[in-house]
Amino acid sequence: MTQPAPLLAIENLAVTFRTEAGNVTPVRGVDLAVFAGRTTALVGESGSGKSVTALAVMGLLPRASGGISGGSVRYRLKSGETSDLAKLPPEGMRRLRGREIAMIFQEPMTSLNPVLSVGEQIAEQVRHHTGTGSAAAMRRAVEMLGLVEIPDAARRAADYPHQMSGGMRQRVMIALAMSCNPRLLIADEPTTALDVTIQAQILALVDRLRREHDMGVLFITHNLGVVAEIADDVTVMYAGEAVEAAEVRTMFRDPRHPYTRALIDCLPARARTGADGRRVVSSIPGSVGAAAAAGGCKFAPRCSHAAPPCHAAHPILEPSDGGHMIRCFRWRDL
Amino acid sequence: MVAAIARRLAGMLAVMFIVATMVFFLTRLAPGDPASLMLGDQATAADIAELRKTYGLDRPVAVQYVLWLKEIASGNLGQSIFLQRPVLQAIGERAEPTFFLALFSILIASLIGIPCGIASAVWRGRVADQTVSGSAMLAASIPSFWLGLLFIQFFAVRLGWFPVAGYGDPGADLAQRLRHLVLPAMVLGIVNSALITRFTRASMLDVLSEDFVRTARAKGLPESRIVLRHALGNALVPIITVVGLTAALLVGGAIVTETVFGLPGIGNLVVSAVLRRDYPVIQGALIVIAGIYVLINFTIDVIYTLVDPRVET
Repeated sequence: MTQPAPLLAIENLAVTFRTEAGNVTPVRGVDLAVFAGRTTALVGESGSGKSVTALAVMGLLPRASGGISGGSVRYRLKSGETSDLAKLPPEGMRRLRGREIAMIFQEPMTSLNPVLSVGEQIAEQVRHHTGTGSAAAMRRAVEMLGLVEIPDAARRAADYPHQMSGGMRQRVMIALAMSCNPRLLIADEPTTALDVTIQAQILALVDRLRREHDMGVLFITHNLGVVAEIADDVTVMYAGEAVEAAEVRTMFRDPRHPYTRALIDCLPARARTGADGRRVVSSIPGSVGAAAAAGGCKFAPRCSHAAPPCHAAHPILEPSDGGHMIRCFRWRDL
Repeated sequence: MVAAIARRLAGMLAVMFIVATMVFFLTRLAPGDPASLMLGDQATAADIAELRKTYGLDRPVAVQYVLWLKEIASGNLGQSIFLQRPVLQAIGERAEPTFFLALFSILIASLIGIPCGIASAVWRGRVADQTVSGSAMLAASIPSFWLGLLFIQFFAVRLGWFPVAGYGDPGADLAQRLRHLVLPAMVLGIVNSALITRFTRASMLDVLSEDFVRTARAKGLPESRIVLRHALGNALVPIITVVGLTAALLVGGAIVTETVFGLPGIGNLVVSAVLRRDYPVIQGALIVIAGIYVLINFTIDVIYTLVDPRVET
């Protein structure tokens, strides 16, 4: 698989928060790549560090209490130069946000400012990044609302968020994110809060915009169904670490890491028929918080294949056959 | 919209009716007969009966009450016993210093309180926050009469920058009169800024943790714009409430401050009316102050609809 240099390459990212109980490191070994015109899905359970990873890329970690404590976040600028976002000063990062890298969030109901019209919220960003006048910026806002298939966009631009449904608001968020033609879009569970029918529409919209604008998309989700639908590449996260990465078809056809396998087995489509004839959906025992032995594999306490070495040492992320990257001592045996 | 305004006006009239009723009966509840209290110990029974007749006090309470409501509805608050002129005129003569004092005090309090509250929220837990919160605590616990005396001693007596007390000689022009308000307005502004600071800080802290502030950051906007437009724009409702209520309190008469600075304002008028048992003036002043409260509350509600599109009229 030969590919051009990635748009975004995260290597061994670590994020640390200072709390009253001492430092916590919710992310401590994330590697992933996003390519122009492709979608990388970042998959994991709640609490695995997906959103923290996204906020770290955006430079939006709460400055007072947390920050990137290791690794690199290399981003290929429009000029072709590569910049390590982990080392960029806040002011430099701010200039990239909204213009080069845009983000949409999980909660469309609260992510828009309730006292500004949706048109103004888009136009404000356009004015700020392109220096256009307010009339031209508002025209651009209306154009963007049309692009995300909001009917009667010119009239809806004057609406306030509370006058719109959740699906409409998420479209507005996407219009906002797209308004300055970003080269990388980070979508943090953008469909989780929406009805299933609306979910499908939003996924189709993001996918269409990616194709039309040759944009790289980092799509964060806990939903493997969504991954199958939208992703080109997949990175699976567990307890703050990337445990497996592969192309999407490879990942579903031939998952290697025990955690990935267990996740895929949890899909309702993979439900087994039990002894009483009823269909049984499998689950992974325990939760992400399950305490792993210090220095051991994070997944070992929940892993049905764990062997003594798994509790004693921490595996690294390494290439395996079939185009996977995998963090497991036992992938050769499984 | 028209129905909403009509509903509000009806509500305001109802409040005023209740206030008028309470003022009427509370005054009657006071011990002693007003006529004999007014005339003093040496009055004869005939004098008292005469006065009772003049003021209609010899008629049944129910009749008095209906007559009182009728008079108020037609804008007549009665005649002052001591000042020998209509109550409304007496209040009108005292309105200017109280009005300007309230206006300047609330301006000073807002100009101190809102920026300090914002800075305190933005730099939460840092030196700026600790300084502001400490100063606000201090300002809230200083008695206004003491600060007033301190200011008179320093700015008026020692430095001679401002007049010591009063509201200028009769015939003094407006600028000269307003010079008398600088020190009392500073005192009331400082004392009242504490509450506004605290409300602004709390409201801003709430809003700064909202998702849409994160969205504004994701847009790459400068921090100043995020704080002043996105956060403050959403934090205004509680701030407007506390500024409005403080203004209403000040209009009701900053009695202590008016006394310390010898200002002939409404607070002063009420105090002397109480001391002289000038019932019509007390009643009239209470009604006027209640009316101003109702008007300020109405204004606050109108401002809500302007700053927050979610508020229905």
